[in-house]
Amino acid sequence: MEPIKTVEGRAYPLGRKNIDTDVIIPAHYLKTITRSGLGKGAFETIRAEPGNVFDDPEYQGAPIIIAGDNFGCGSSREHAAWALNDMGVTAVIAPSFSDIFSGNAFKNGIVAVVLPQEAVDRLLEVAKTDPITVDLEHNMVTTPFQDRFAFELDPFRRDCLLNGTDEIGLTLAADSRIAAYERTLANERPWLAA
Amino acid sequence: MSSKPRTLYEKIWDAHVVDRRDDGTCLIYIDRHLVHEVTSPQAFEGLRVSGRKVRRPDLTLAVPDHNLPTTARVDASGKRLPIADMESAQQLAALEVNAPEFGIRYIDATAPEQGIVHVVGPEQGFSLPGTTIVCGDSHTSAHGGLGALAFGIGTSEVEHVLATQTLLLKRSKTMEIRVDGMLGYGVTPKDVVLAIIGKIGAAGGTGYVVEYTGEVIRAMSVEGRLTVSNMSIEAGARAGLIAPDETVYAYLEGRPMAPKGENWDKAVAWWRTLPTDPGAHYDEVVTLDGSSIAPSLTWGTSPEDVVPITGSVPDPMSFADPAKQVAAQKSLDYMGLKAGTRMQDVPVEHIFIGSCTNSRIEDLRSAAEVVKGRKIAGGIRQALIVPGSGLVKRQAEAEGLDRIFTEAGFEWREPGCSMCLAMNPDKVPPGERCASTSNRNFVGRQGPGARTHLVSPAMAAAAAVTGHFADVRDLMGNH
Repeated sequence: MEPIKTVEGRAYPLGRKNIDTDVIIPAHYLKTITRSGLGKGAFETIRAEPGNVFDDPEYQGAPIIIAGDNFGCGSSREHAAWALNDMGVTAVIAPSFSDIFSGNAFKNGIVAVVLPQEAVDRLLEVAKTDPITVDLEHNMVTTPFQDRFAFELDPFRRDCLLNGTDEIGLTLAADSRIAAYERTLANERPWLAA
Repeated sequence: MSSKPRTLYEKIWDAHVVDRRDDGTCLIYIDRHLVHEVTSPQAFEGLRVSGRKVRRPDLTLAVPDHNLPTTARVDASGKRLPIADMESAQQLAALEVNAPEFGIRYIDATAPEQGIVHVVGPEQGFSLPGTTIVCGDSHTSAHGGLGALAFGIGTSEVEHVLATQTLLLKRSKTMEIRVDGMLGYGVTPKDVVLAIIGKIGAAGGTGYVVEYTGEVIRAMSVEGRLTVSNMSIEAGARAGLIAPDETVYAYLEGRPMAPKGENWDKAVAWWRTLPTDPGAHYDEVVTLDGSSIAPSLTWGTSPEDVVPITGSVPDPMSFADPAKQVAAQKSLDYMGLKAGTRMQDVPVEHIFIGSCTNSRIEDLRSAAEVVKGRKIAGGIRQALIVPGSGLVKRQAEAEGLDRIFTEAGFEWREPGCSMCLAMNPDKVPPGERCASTSNRNFVGRQGPGARTHLVSPAMAAAAAVTGHFADVRDLMGNH
């Protein structure tokens, strides 16, 4: 994973709540066996609406999405994060995210920034005309108008994003502990071995 | 060792901590990993690229379900029929290559044990109380009905579990949802979980693991508990849990992959220590009165949009939250509904009885009870029954349920995810309305433009025989 320190640029002012992963990428795009090329199906049902933000030239190539509560709810499909990657989005700002989506986003180098609704409302206004900056080193979202919104990010995830850590490699480095746990398990709960 | 009272969740969590980092992130051991064809190919490819192996193939079970057509899979001579959709065929082929290459047990698309991964796990005794269970599918929460900590994961995590048999996780908050009292006549576990989601909302459980308690839950069969826990994710919860008890042990004993002999006795003895201790603390407690729950259905495009069958389509302006007002109006436009219309006056064109939520034998029995001696109504274009597994299908056929359905005009199909998410050929056409026993009424979920209403199997059956949403209690007579 590439290290990520800041995300800066225009933002799609989506603003809706309960954007589920079926909306981010519909099921008929899930038949792929690779991670690439899913941007073409991203937000297909929203793109069918006239005047939608994703087809507005104003926001073309924006690296940020600003959304409402419960972004990424529903299906666990990581294709949602891959689709965002493919369309060049590396940060999403919302009042809340589904647990599974925020995990998937993190694994794909997408920063899921949780901010209160009032801050999100302000950023939705700014996004219509100006760029926004998500600064991961200082845990801060800023605008050209001196807005400064501090956000919290799980420290482990923040470190991984800043350093581009390979999580599986990290876990495999703890292999002796996993092996020790398995020995205890074989003794204490022998019925688990198949 | 004396310790403070713990919840079921805390006990399972504590028993699976391999390592704890200073920041509170824990390395959690995974006892059971279910794999299907849609969310695994990129994970296997990742292992291949980095030269990694599957650490515990013996704790992993693969079965295809999402893409498979529900029409016949073999011809009259027993020869396997190809899948017409090239991409679906390719995804299935990838799993058929990956499972043996990495030494994973695989249930073939034509095996009698094949079915929806969340039906197969409990049915085979692969899913057990007190275990951690993951799958690249959000409805893994279903297995919590057995008292397992079970949750959906993304493909990167699938790869992580394949390689290490662990996941890096932070402990969730705990929520008790207690359903007291007794359910009324015609009210099913599906209605209970719809009522819960209607009450706490689609994000009400975000950050929590929910434990369902109370008389109503205790009185439920394992099938009913799996239905309730299955939809925990629709309230945003990481997982759902129901304490294991004699009902669960009776269900699991003798199943093919369940522990045997001395191991069974040891397992049950440990499982008995798992229920939440008296005085244990939950971060949040929600209570519902079971006797006040009616047969229910959804009206909108979020599972939180729930009304009793005696109710009407709500006025978007009746919601306090301005964002919800906008969302509700968008939902009504998409669903082709007007505020104030009685739900029982809404006509239906499609019926889907199936999915990991409601495709087990009790679900089919419950639908058959309503359908028996009746025909599907004239306005119904398609009515599908898709059993959750080959074994459910055989059981239903042994009980004669298939004939009740086919004589009424239903199609009796092969097992799979089917019309729940429309990855296979089973779809609801644009602008048409479906009474569905599945779990999501999202925009486009059952096909582009499809209009989904979530209901119980009995309510789907009632809609099938009347041609509109109907109060199943009016159709069930004096039982």
